Amino acid sequence: MPATLAERGRDAAAAAAIALLLGIPMIGLTTVDQGGALRVQTRWPWLAVFVIAVFCGRWLLRYGLDRLRTRRTRARSDSTGTAARPAPGGRLPGALAWLTFGISLALPLVFSDNRYVIDTATTVLIYVMLGWGLNVVVGLAGLLDMGHAAFYAVGAYAYALLSTRFGWGFWEALPVAALIAAVFGLAVGWPSLRLRGDYLAIVTLGFGEIIRVVLLNGAEFSGGPNGISQIPRPSFFGLPFAPPGEAPTFAAFFGLEFSPMHRILFLYYVILMLALLTNALVLRLRRLPIGRAWEAMREDEIACRALGMNVTHIKLSAFALGAVLGGVAGVFFAARQGFISPESFTFNESAIILAIVVLGGMGSQFGVVLASLVLVLLPEIGRDFAEYRMLLFGAAMILIMIWRPGGILAQREPTLRLAAKDRRV
Amino acid sequence: MSSAAGTPPALLSVERLSMRFGGLAAIDDLSLKVPAGRITGVIGPNGAGKTTLFNCLTGFYRPSAGGIRLHHPQLGVLRLETLPSHEVARRARVVRTFQNIRTFARMTVLENLLVAQHNVLQRASFFSLAGLFGRKAYRRAEEDALARAAGWLDRLGLIEHADTPAGSLPYGLQRRVEIARALCVDPLLLCLDEPAAGLNPRESGELNELLLRLVAEERLTLLLIEHDMSVVMNVCDHICVLNYGRRIAEGTPTEIRNDPQVIAAYLGEEDESVPEPPAKTWARQRADEEAA
Amino acid sequence: MALALQQLINGLTLGAVYGLIAIGYTMVYGIIGMINFAHGDIYMVSAFIAVTGFTLLAAFGVHSVALALFVVLALAVLFTSVYGWAVERVAYRPLRGSARLVPLISSIGMSIFLQNLVQLTQGARVKPIPPMITGGVDLLTVDGFTARLSYSQILIVLVTVALLAAFTWLIQRTSFGRRQRACEQDRTMTALLGIDVDRTISLTFMLGAALAAVAGVLVTMYYGVIDFYIGFVAGIKAFTAAVLGGIGSLPGAMLGGLIIGLIEAFWSNYLSAEYKDVATFSILILVLLFRPSGLLGRPEVEKV
Repeated sequence: MPATLAERGRDAAAAAAIALLLGIPMIGLTTVDQGGALRVQTRWPWLAVFVIAVFCGRWLLRYGLDRLRTRRTRARSDSTGTAARPAPGGRLPGALAWLTFGISLALPLVFSDNRYVIDTATTVLIYVMLGWGLNVVVGLAGLLDMGHAAFYAVGAYAYALLSTRFGWGFWEALPVAALIAAVFGLAVGWPSLRLRGDYLAIVTLGFGEIIRVVLLNGAEFSGGPNGISQIPRPSFFGLPFAPPGEAPTFAAFFGLEFSPMHRILFLYYVILMLALLTNALVLRLRRLPIGRAWEAMREDEIACRALGMNVTHIKLSAFALGAVLGGVAGVFFAARQGFISPESFTFNESAIILAIVVLGGMGSQFGVVLASLVLVLLPEIGRDFAEYRMLLFGAAMILIMIWRPGGILAQREPTLRLAAKDRRV
Repeated sequence: MSSAAGTPPALLSVERLSMRFGGLAAIDDLSLKVPAGRITGVIGPNGAGKTTLFNCLTGFYRPSAGGIRLHHPQLGVLRLETLPSHEVARRARVVRTFQNIRTFARMTVLENLLVAQHNVLQRASFFSLAGLFGRKAYRRAEEDALARAAGWLDRLGLIEHADTPAGSLPYGLQRRVEIARALCVDPLLLCLDEPAAGLNPRESGELNELLLRLVAEERLTLLLIEHDMSVVMNVCDHICVLNYGRRIAEGTPTEIRNDPQVIAAYLGEEDESVPEPPAKTWARQRADEEAA
Repeated sequence: MALALQQLINGLTLGAVYGLIAIGYTMVYGIIGMINFAHGDIYMVSAFIAVTGFTLLAAFGVHSVALALFVVLALAVLFTSVYGWAVERVAYRPLRGSARLVPLISSIGMSIFLQNLVQLTQGARVKPIPPMITGGVDLLTVDGFTARLSYSQILIVLVTVALLAAFTWLIQRTSFGRRQRACEQDRTMTALLGIDVDRTISLTFMLGAALAAVAGVLVTMYYGVIDFYIGFVAGIKAFTAAVLGGIGSLPGAMLGGLIIGLIEAFWSNYLSAEYKDVATFSILILVLLFRPSGLLGRPEVEKV
């Protein structure tokens, strides 16, 4: 029933009153450091702005909801029994995905001397990679992993140690580091996957923090808070990206003039290739028995058991694959930065990756790309956005859970269809 | 008991089974035989321990005492109470459905039926690895699985819903999806937990037909929990009545219908008048229940 | 001996604070079966209110410690419980009846939001306030080490005990307590009996937030420094306490809090201060793996 003007006003006024109470201690008042002692500072104008904003926002929200509701009831009474509305989106995401793919391939050609653009794009791809890894665990298998940064850290430290201590190259270290991450995934998963969903989330968080604290304090092997520096950069299959010298270099081999951009571009294509491989792998797995088993487990674990499926194995496989993909992203991260420390693998990092998966639409590969783009590009727009980024992400997570718990791109494509004519027995 | 001569050998025997939760005995020293190739019904008032019995049979609960033996034609005697739930379905091929429907709601009906063939497909695809490279052996196994799923969908009248998400189907169809999915596991013993609940009289008539056909054509053994007397009395060869976790009667539908203890359990102790045999029709049964 | 006594005192003080926060987790879990991941951040918000409050009162020339403490406690409880209410209303109420992980993700979002909100509006740097209560009682001296029970520690323990007594009375004897316990048992049935379930849940959140608010004020007074990140660590520890005691059980939450506090105090003194958080996390994992119902909780039977 649509509310009257007075009702809506009263409702908005109540919301504004709550906003006032919430705002007084956080917005209205603050303390600033002044010569070693704190002094209280007031910001009443800001508080007023906030309260008025909440009043208007609540009014509009109620108005919008009422409008929506009446329109829906009218639509229902108009068209009882007619065909279902076409699914929103339709083929659009597919076309967009191909467009994004094209852009990502062509980007270095257009911006071949713009280091900033390529660097930013590389960062986006790292998050895409991390998001896709976690998407297997959270989106497909429905296991809430809140410590994904741990596997990212394991991959990064594995490569850092293998290369600085044992002189391994990037390409040799990559599979080994992935394997180590898988072992960690199994070690974390094996005991904890028997737990119920929300407990599993807390346990993975705990494991993530344990790994970080160990890295922070294990000075002998991990360098403690200083981390590991001078990690060798990947070479072009043995040809280093270096100024001309005695040894053959990439530039010399191909008869190019040396440019520091070569390595940047190479790194970009490496992560792009890794990400595309990941995407192909995950999309393919989804159509295979194990992928369908992951999704079935997300839908109903007990039914899976009653059908003879070993739920522990299925969970472990999802967890290990997620760990491997996280580890690969970690290897790349270490190789690109040349320096790593526990700072890069805090709970905040896990939360960001989780936010990417949740915002992108759990289970949707393209959604992860969109969310990564927003996450990385938002701070680049301006310094203010950098500060507000996580605030907005937190708020967005709540709103999406309320509005579309399946995620923005929650439209699920069946993994196969029955060609009814052919198979009818 | 009464019909010893014609009874086929037991596929499943429950021996002195007990299941206690704290001080409460949900099942108390229960023994039961399920003859192969027949339909056995388990009835009893709410809280009599019927679903608990299923949970023990299928490995979801570990019984406090007693044993459950399955006489497997190839593997010999299997002690179900020692197997974890997925092994009960995989090795012993005892498959169940659930009272509160448990389909994979966001997956299509066809996907539901393929998930049920997970173990077969997983083996054929060498843990999905061969499938990753599109090997022929896997593709053939997938074709077979699809054909089998399509076959069951056809027989259960679900074929036009194959590509619909299971969760968006009406209640009665979802029950059928669950049965089709269980059949895809290729069970020896199929345990159905109130398959007729929420069905209208026409649907429950169709269910009767389906159950009888499954036994006749597929040589399946069925164990059935049901409240709908029109189903129980019309399809069961053998009925076991539970009350407070104990067996209070066992026998053919006619015997059960006239058993004073059963009547007492259902209608209350004081009722002396011998009621007419439980109604043949669903509507009649409902009216009786309401009167009681 | 004296050192051990000192650790015992420190551990109990710390444990009292964890226990107060843990009650919020356990009550919310009891009534709507979700982990309120943002609860630690509610406690952090209260600590910031306390810093502002103490600074403001000092600026107004209030020099009586007792008066300042009383006023700040009252203000912190008032404002923080509004935060508790708002968190529930905005992030959890619209999600009633959805899948289990949905409200958990929403609460993670709320935790991130609150942390960044406070960081933005109050600044990212640590906030120090001058010590308020100094002095204490020397208990025991052995080999030149004196075990000391400070007045602030006495205060923390006294306030906690008083609150627990009041709280137990509230849950066991008042009509709100009855409604609250009824909702825990069966929400649908309670609603059918004409009880406003939403209101009861809101009150539960406010009550949990109020206890966390007291913990926030006490910690601010005790340590004298806070930052926007304290909610995360304290939240995890309090959650561990709730799980250890048996989630859903009120005495369990307090018992768990004390045990975690003691383990942390002794661990950092005798084993290694760097790994004290690892100790907590390990306990959490071990309890969840081997005794998920905790010390005083009832085991959960899987519903099939």
